[in-house]
Amino acid sequence: MSFLKIASAHKAYKTPDGSLIHALDDVSLNVRNNEFLTLLGPSGCGKTTLLKCIAGFEDIDAGEITLEEQSLKGVPAHRRPFNTVFQNYALFPHLSIANNVGYGLDVARIAKKERNQRVEEALELVGLEGFGNREPKQLSGGQQQRVALARSLVLKPRVLLLDEPLSALDRKMRENMQIELKNLQHTVGITFVFVTHDQEEALAMSDRIAVVAQGKVQQLAAPTEIYDEPANEFVANFVGTSNIFSGKVVAKEGRLLTIETANQRQVRAKSDQFDRGDLVELILRPEHLKLTPGGNGIPDSCIEGTVEASVFVGSDLHLHVNVGKGRTAIVHHRHNRGDDGERIEAGANVKLYYSPNAAHLIKAVGG
Amino acid sequence: MTSSDTILKRKRRSLILLLAPFSIMLLVFFLVPLGIMMVYSFLEPGLYGGVEWNWYPYNYGRIIGWPLNDFEEFEPIYLKIFFNSLQIAIMTVIGTFLLCYPAAFWVSRMQGAKKNFILFLITLPFFANLLVRIYAWLLLLRPTGFFNSVLQSAGLIIEPLDLLFTNFSVIIGMVYILTPFMFLPIYANVEKLDYSLVRASQDLGANPLQTFRRVILPLTAPGIIGGSVIVFIPALGNFIVPSFLGGSKVQMTGNLIERSFLQSRDWPFGAALALLIMASVVVLIVFQLSRQSKAEARGVS
Repeated sequence: MSFLKIASAHKAYKTPDGSLIHALDDVSLNVRNNEFLTLLGPSGCGKTTLLKCIAGFEDIDAGEITLEEQSLKGVPAHRRPFNTVFQNYALFPHLSIANNVGYGLDVARIAKKERNQRVEEALELVGLEGFGNREPKQLSGGQQQRVALARSLVLKPRVLLLDEPLSALDRKMRENMQIELKNLQHTVGITFVFVTHDQEEALAMSDRIAVVAQGKVQQLAAPTEIYDEPANEFVANFVGTSNIFSGKVVAKEGRLLTIETANQRQVRAKSDQFDRGDLVELILRPEHLKLTPGGNGIPDSCIEGTVEASVFVGSDLHLHVNVGKGRTAIVHHRHNRGDDGERIEAGANVKLYYSPNAAHLIKAVGG
Repeated sequence: MTSSDTILKRKRRSLILLLAPFSIMLLVFFLVPLGIMMVYSFLEPGLYGGVEWNWYPYNYGRIIGWPLNDFEEFEPIYLKIFFNSLQIAIMTVIGTFLLCYPAAFWVSRMQGAKKNFILFLITLPFFANLLVRIYAWLLLLRPTGFFNSVLQSAGLIIEPLDLLFTNFSVIIGMVYILTPFMFLPIYANVEKLDYSLVRASQDLGANPLQTFRRVILPLTAPGIIGGSVIVFIPALGNFIVPSFLGGSKVQMTGNLIERSFLQSRDWPFGAALALLIMASVVVLIVFQLSRQSKAEARGVS
């Protein structure tokens, strides 16, 4: 039995000038029970709209949302077994922390004794025991975030919806909360649907990621698969940085393909999916492109180029290498202190190579 | 240490300078007259207006029944008029609230130019003369006026209704002139109501009624209380509306005060009436404020 299922959901908004914006354009998604699913996409891609439709704040124009085969059509937000953690936390300013957390129990008319006990447990769960009597405005952003979590989790929802809950926190706090959220999800065993535009956040926390763009799910897969085998050019560029070269398969030996790029350069890649004559895009992550060491032992397929810019970012040197005909490859070169190799400056000539296993091929658009 | 002291001193001095004009105005034009009025209310009325400087607490006796002497007797009509004024003022607060509260939500959801236009319309009645506006109601409500002729020609009534010179007509007039005073504080409060809190309430399982009672009402309460206070006070002391739309049948304390000062020339009695109104307003406000702070301390649960 499927858990939370979104089937061909459509949602369009009218803009003030009368044109239509398709926030959801045939979105289908199966959320599994107890998983941490992230909806990842740029702002305006439809991910928040999808979350609102699941929560019941908005209706989809067409399609269906079902929970365990039961349609949620016409079920108002307050009757859905889902709770939301809002981007701005939306804590009630006129209520104490304990009354904020107890709000859902109060409106459900839970007996005082059980209510107080559950509020206490929820506050303990998020590490805020003893904060019950304070006011929301006396708490830091991170603490307010935890109250918002406790307020939702105390109701034991089937699904917890999180709308960019970490975006207002500073970087260090955000990284801590990522780990805590993941652990929390594990502890309570509730399905989390998490919306973010931050790819690192998505990769760090999720069991599965749905990359959303232009109202469509571009790819739904585990983080490693999203990163290593992006389904299309959008995913390759949005999640991490990618070097993408178009080319044509000119030879095939077993799984090893030889691809001729637009620059008439022959490069290698391994894949089962393509054959001679196919037009493909070759995707290479910057950390998989390596600089050949000087001297002998140069691998057979290497690319020559000139460094246009060299950016020091701490752990890595980011090199922008001109590989001819205006194409630039981005290389992340590990910066090791004490290496005999000196810093590579702009203007240097370098040779790049990669393992054919590291290259990922996708079908060329229109090919 | 010393430098921060001098900065503090300088700050305090500039604060005093900034507050001085307002404080002086308040003192000269409010506190001093209030003091004079308070003193007058305990003096003997002069024969042709003014006062005789004799201790004379019996002005209050006429109104509340104590203390009395051989000349002054308790006249319950004054208390009756006072309680009727109280009733009219409370009904005015309720009437303006019922009109303004939903309207404030409606206007706050509008966009840009349209919103400003509506806000302009709400303040528009201020531009017309008060007497003209009240007189217009006289024409609308009288037996041969607009409402009665419409109802009669529609066959709903045979005899014209007594709309004019009733509590009803006075309340209508009061609601009409005091609506902006209720609307603006409520609107200012509703305008900054965070709708994500309404969403959060729904999300946590509250139905629309619960959301209203537990989130919207408490968060807009400051505006409601503010609007109620500044409608209640002028409504209680008003004498223009009752003298036009109440005629001789509906008297309010404001009319009594006006008559004591201008017609019967009994200044001390007018002063005593005015102070009683003021005292009752102060008592009501203090009561409301203490209840409110208690509710805040409890956390409205």
